[in-house]
Amino acid sequence: MAFKEALQSGKFTVTAEVGPLKGTDTTEVLEVAELLRGKVDGVNVTDQQSAVMRLGSLVTCHLLIQKGLDPIFQMTCRDRNRIALQSDLLNAHVLGIKNVLAITGDYPTLGDHPDAKAVYDIDSVQLVWTINRMNQGYDLAGNELQGKTDFFVGAVVTPITDTEAAFELQLIKMEKKIEAGARFFQTQAVYDVDAFARFMKRAEGFGVPILAGIIPLKSVGMARYMNKNVAGVFVPEHLIEEMSKAEDKAQRGLEIAARLIKDLKDLCQGVHIMAIGWEKKVPEILELAGLA
Amino acid sequence: MVRSEQKPFEEILDYLEGTKKVFILGCDGCAQASQTGGWPQVLEMKERLEGAGKEVTGCTVVDFLCQKALVASRLRPLEEQVMAADGVLILTCGIGVQAASAVIKRPIFPGCNTVPLGGTRGEWMGAERCLECGDCLLYWTGGICPLTACSKGLINGPCGGASNGKCEVSKEKDCGWELIYQRLKELGQLHRLKKFIAPKDYNKMRPRPEILSTSLWALEQRD
Repeated sequence: MAFKEALQSGKFTVTAEVGPLKGTDTTEVLEVAELLRGKVDGVNVTDQQSAVMRLGSLVTCHLLIQKGLDPIFQMTCRDRNRIALQSDLLNAHVLGIKNVLAITGDYPTLGDHPDAKAVYDIDSVQLVWTINRMNQGYDLAGNELQGKTDFFVGAVVTPITDTEAAFELQLIKMEKKIEAGARFFQTQAVYDVDAFARFMKRAEGFGVPILAGIIPLKSVGMARYMNKNVAGVFVPEHLIEEMSKAEDKAQRGLEIAARLIKDLKDLCQGVHIMAIGWEKKVPEILELAGLA
Repeated sequence: MVRSEQKPFEEILDYLEGTKKVFILGCDGCAQASQTGGWPQVLEMKERLEGAGKEVTGCTVVDFLCQKALVASRLRPLEEQVMAADGVLILTCGIGVQAASAVIKRPIFPGCNTVPLGGTRGEWMGAERCLECGDCLLYWTGGICPLTACSKGLINGPCGGASNGKCEVSKEKDCGWELIYQRLKELGQLHRLKKFIAPKDYNKMRPRPEILSTSLWALEQRD
């Protein structure tokens, strides 16, 4: 079943993320594709993740389609102006890509080309709006398209924040994205189920499916690093302690991820697993979570 | 006001490689305020160049190097010194260098970099910034400009990159959107944030043709 159909059928939907590598070598991505086929409903392909220059999302999505997967084409607003974004959306449609995820994108100074000029010609809400317009047969400027797109459009939300303002702003922006045409949401990584439940209490009324983000912990250091450096990710101290006491830390990281999935299952419509280099372990996480 | 900073001395020396005699030209306007091209900086530069083995044929500071007629009249009595030089080192902003270059008949060397004002008016003492976008959004954001307060210039809400209210670009910088939220909350106007703002017309940020054609030089040439 394709991603959109899975989500609309009411099934607990699973997506995984793959990040293309820097260079032309696609071996790893294709190996991961083999392992994920039939195990997940959709595969997100990141767009120059963390502002680090790599193989593009568009071509990688195309390769995944050839491997029989349903990719979710991630697009940030950082590197392309409205002309290039729209053109790539047309490209994506012609290549058979069905799903798009609209994102603002990390600032260039966070990546490996910190001198790059940031674009942000349009923002993520406007990108969702633009895609919706293209689905209706018009470009952003109102010109008619010779052949329209047919994308299932998604957006992102950070469900757990460190300030009240950030939390309320996330909800306000989420509503704007829905009004602009977002039909699903994938979230930043969740480690605190109670905090996520508080977010869902506010967001479930929007009536748009939400896939909670899962990043399996590989080590105590990774958890601490994310707490310190990754906005919107908060690993609770009790999980860090559990990791530090575990003999096989890698295995415990997978178990914690599986446990989180089980606990989130009744709160939202699916999970989005961002394995960050551990993509090949996604089937094992799903097995441990009882979703295989 | 235009802000400038002096180029590293090594870069200036690189420019001047093969150039023996130099005339130094400073500006008593913005470059003087930026402390890059007033008399003290011009005299300091003279000393450093002489220390590096250059011959300084002369130097002067003109009130505003951006005014070509003024530059021409002030340099007339110094013509011998200027023409004796292999090149003229100009300590001022990009406008001043371009304007002075148009009237000096010698090779020129820019001694400064012009740095962004970032929406301030130079030595403005407040945190407020205006990008002159031509389509003011302050009604929607409680009087805090999202184009300048947000590092990414996002106009429909924050990106999700902030930590503890600080921007992902710099921990020294407040998340502009959180400031906007606090302001609107105090005013009981959070509903304004729900408005979808369409993509901006960046054409409105380009100077109007009528502004481009009204340089003083154009007026000076008319009579």
